[in-house]
Amino acid sequence: MNNRYTWRTGVLEAVMIAAAAVFVFPLYILVSIALEPAGTASSPVAFPTNPTLVNFGDAWEKADLGSAILYSLLITGGSIVLLVTLASLAAYPIARSTRLWSKGMFALFMLGLLLPFQLAMIPLYWTMRDLELLGNPLALIIFYTGLQMPMSVFLYTGFLRALDPGYEQAAQIDGCGPLRAFVSVVFPLMRPVTGTVIIINTIFVWNDFLTPLMYLSGTEQQTIPVALFGFVGQYVAQWPLVFAGLIIGTAPVLIAYFALQKHVIQGFASGLKG
Amino acid sequence: MPAADAPTDTLARTRPGPKRRTQGERDRRGTPVPWWFVLPALAFFTFVILVPSLQGAWFAFTDWDGLARDRAFVGLEQFREILDDPDARGTVANTLLIALAVTVVQNLIGLLLALGLHSAVKSRNLLRVLFFAPAVITPVVAAYLWRYLYAPRGAINTLLEAVGLEFLQQDWLGDSSLALWSVVVVIIWQFSGMSMVIFLAGLQTVPKELHEAAAVDGAGPFRRFWNVTRPMLAPAITINLMLSIIGGLKLFDQVWVMTGGGPGGATDTLSTVIYRQAFQFNQFAYSTALALVLTGFVIVLSAVQYGYLRREERKTA
Repeated sequence: MNNRYTWRTGVLEAVMIAAAAVFVFPLYILVSIALEPAGTASSPVAFPTNPTLVNFGDAWEKADLGSAILYSLLITGGSIVLLVTLASLAAYPIARSTRLWSKGMFALFMLGLLLPFQLAMIPLYWTMRDLELLGNPLALIIFYTGLQMPMSVFLYTGFLRALDPGYEQAAQIDGCGPLRAFVSVVFPLMRPVTGTVIIINTIFVWNDFLTPLMYLSGTEQQTIPVALFGFVGQYVAQWPLVFAGLIIGTAPVLIAYFALQKHVIQGFASGLKG
Repeated sequence: MPAADAPTDTLARTRPGPKRRTQGERDRRGTPVPWWFVLPALAFFTFVILVPSLQGAWFAFTDWDGLARDRAFVGLEQFREILDDPDARGTVANTLLIALAVTVVQNLIGLLLALGLHSAVKSRNLLRVLFFAPAVITPVVAAYLWRYLYAPRGAINTLLEAVGLEFLQQDWLGDSSLALWSVVVVIIWQFSGMSMVIFLAGLQTVPKELHEAAAVDGAGPFRRFWNVTRPMLAPAITINLMLSIIGGLKLFDQVWVMTGGGPGGATDTLSTVIYRQAFQFNQFAYSTALALVLTGFVIVLSAVQYGYLRREERKTA
């Protein structure tokens, strides 16, 4: 649009900053309450007069957040490794073959993009129970790998279709088999879309609540959202303590987001518009 | 932006050509890739989604209680029960209302924010990061935060009092005529930034020359938006509407944490009822029947929307 900075742009800038203030206001409350010393009944909107970090230590211990973060890391990490490896591998023949089966396979994965998982949720719960996997982080790694496979295959296939196959051909002429060509030529070339797949899935898996609630509640092995859910249930009236816990639980994704904001936003924008 | 190129690429690939493929075409496709590369991904997908979905679609027509090993086929019994139950009908209405309200308002706000930032505004990069930030926050955390903001003596009512608008104070989540809309506001707060980011990516594909030409021809800003920008935004609109309608229909986390479906079922969605019926009341068959209803809504609404929007896209392409 117009690149000159006029008085109209100034007005627009003021309006946008005001809108951002509205968006950020809840986060300001989150931080300001968490810094409030326990038991002080100050206003819910004013910044605390003598802020303290004590709540963070308390929440960390009482909610057992250290162990929850480890489980969240394990489950997120395991799922991401499987998703990246298997989705990129699957997308390769789907994108390159023009045979009927590859179109059918692509359509099948796309169907998975549409099916709400609520339909599969209850039967899968019973299968996992019969396999005695409930309460085991492995169940969630398997679950997320299957659940997010359609989206990941979709992203990889779209990227590969636009990627010039000349590089692979050169590798094969040099005597590489298809697997070797994939590992040392195709996969490295897919780095941008691998970044997108990692970002979208990490945020989804880290934040997901319903399935860990079903699979892990009542055990010691809880992910962050489930641990926070139990923690708030226990200390419901102690908002400063609770908010400190909420901040700790969401901090890993928020820190990663602010550190990599350009990549995250681009990943979402380019990945999701299909 | 490879994903955006995919549709045209697919078209080129599937267009019926001469029987003998030319050398160039073979080159484009590259050398054959073994089909079994698909198998590991397919195995996970089949185990987690395909088989349980088929099972779920079947259990919906049985009397399964989760305990008995054998299930009897009862036909449409569960669906009749859903239709006869005013609570279930209310839940369906809530779910559709949430999906509709979120889809309209979230995308409208997302579009306005995107248009605002697609300008010479100096702080646009910082603002973009701030608007998108709620979208990466754990929904459970967002829900607790808002439960506090909405509390009778919480931040919103305090703020209203401070600016002399006491008469606007409400029991935001406790009042059954308000609670649903309070939940909708939280979803919109969380995901408007997501819509904005997708619209911004779409706006960057609108060539500046087109706008300048339209301006020279005397088109005002609204005409320029409607006739130049909007058609070019069609793909972004499609994906945004699909994402928000599917997300709205499946909503669980924020409702479960903020209200648990209450007060008196006023905020119950299909997802919260499915969860409660299955895991608190052992009504597994009824619960899978509700899940099948949800699936029907998702598929029908996405298909209608996708078909309509793609036709619009083609009209303007």
